[in-house]
Amino acid sequence: MTLELLLLVAAALFCVGLFGALTQQSIVMLMMGLELMLGGVILAAAAAWHYIAPAAADGQVLIVLAVTAMALEMAVGFAVVTALFRSREVDMTDMAAELKE
Amino acid sequence: MDAAVFWILAVLAVVSGVWVFRFDSMARATFSLLTSLLCVGGLVILLGLDYLGIVIVLMMTIEMAIMAVFMVMYMMNPAGLMPMTMMHNKKGAAVVCGLVFALLAAGILLAPWPARRGKAPADPTMELGMSLMGPQMLTMMTLGLALFATIVATVVLATRRGRYDRLGDDLRARRADDPVRGGVGQ
Repeated sequence: MTLELLLLVAAALFCVGLFGALTQQSIVMLMMGLELMLGGVILAAAAAWHYIAPAAADGQVLIVLAVTAMALEMAVGFAVVTALFRSREVDMTDMAAELKE
Repeated sequence: MDAAVFWILAVLAVVSGVWVFRFDSMARATFSLLTSLLCVGGLVILLGLDYLGIVIVLMMTIEMAIMAVFMVMYMMNPAGLMPMTMMHNKKGAAVVCGLVFALLAAGILLAPWPARRGKAPADPTMELGMSLMGPQMLTMMTLGLALFATIVATVVLATRRGRYDRLGDDLRARRADDPVRGGVGQ
């Protein structure tokens, strides 16, 4: 178990999540990708705390921040899906694309 | 021992992360994501952050349970009885992700990481609490404000009828127009 190995695992999680967020058409699945990406961030922060600066609490604060971001993303994401679904029965990103033009 | 646990958790985290986007069934995808995030929590505990690891484990369990409910509500094929893919731009995304991973891995392997400085405190949780209530108070307050704003925003987004539906566009209606009688202004 080394810093590099842990960061590589975190990078792999981040990239798998990025792939999901880019490819999934369903908004709920897209949010799962974002969660995985934030999971990678949490792991990287924990590794940095443990292997670089365990005496400072900043790494731990970064984890608290990422966990909060995860919760906020879920809550707002589901509220947006609910609003979208209520107004036009849409749960896919491609169908909610008229703001693009 | 630590190394064995690390490898099991790391491989399981990445593999179940990949399976999130390969399962047909939404319920399985959700539990796969849960497995992946529980492994992340386990790795955080393994790194000596017991409190944060357990917070992650508890939070993710509940979050994924809620997510499963929303999945069944909103997705057209929640049980995965019909095999289907709901993906777009798979090739482009694979290229982007491959490049990002290559870049991150190059950075991780080539960067001159500093040596470990200092020693972990006997009680990292105490350290975190003192930090959040002391020098990191601004972070804590920002988080609190963001959480409060989220509560308001989610309620506003998710309610079906707002005050303009009840009291007209200029909010001057004498009686609120509600489908069910009772409540404020009746």
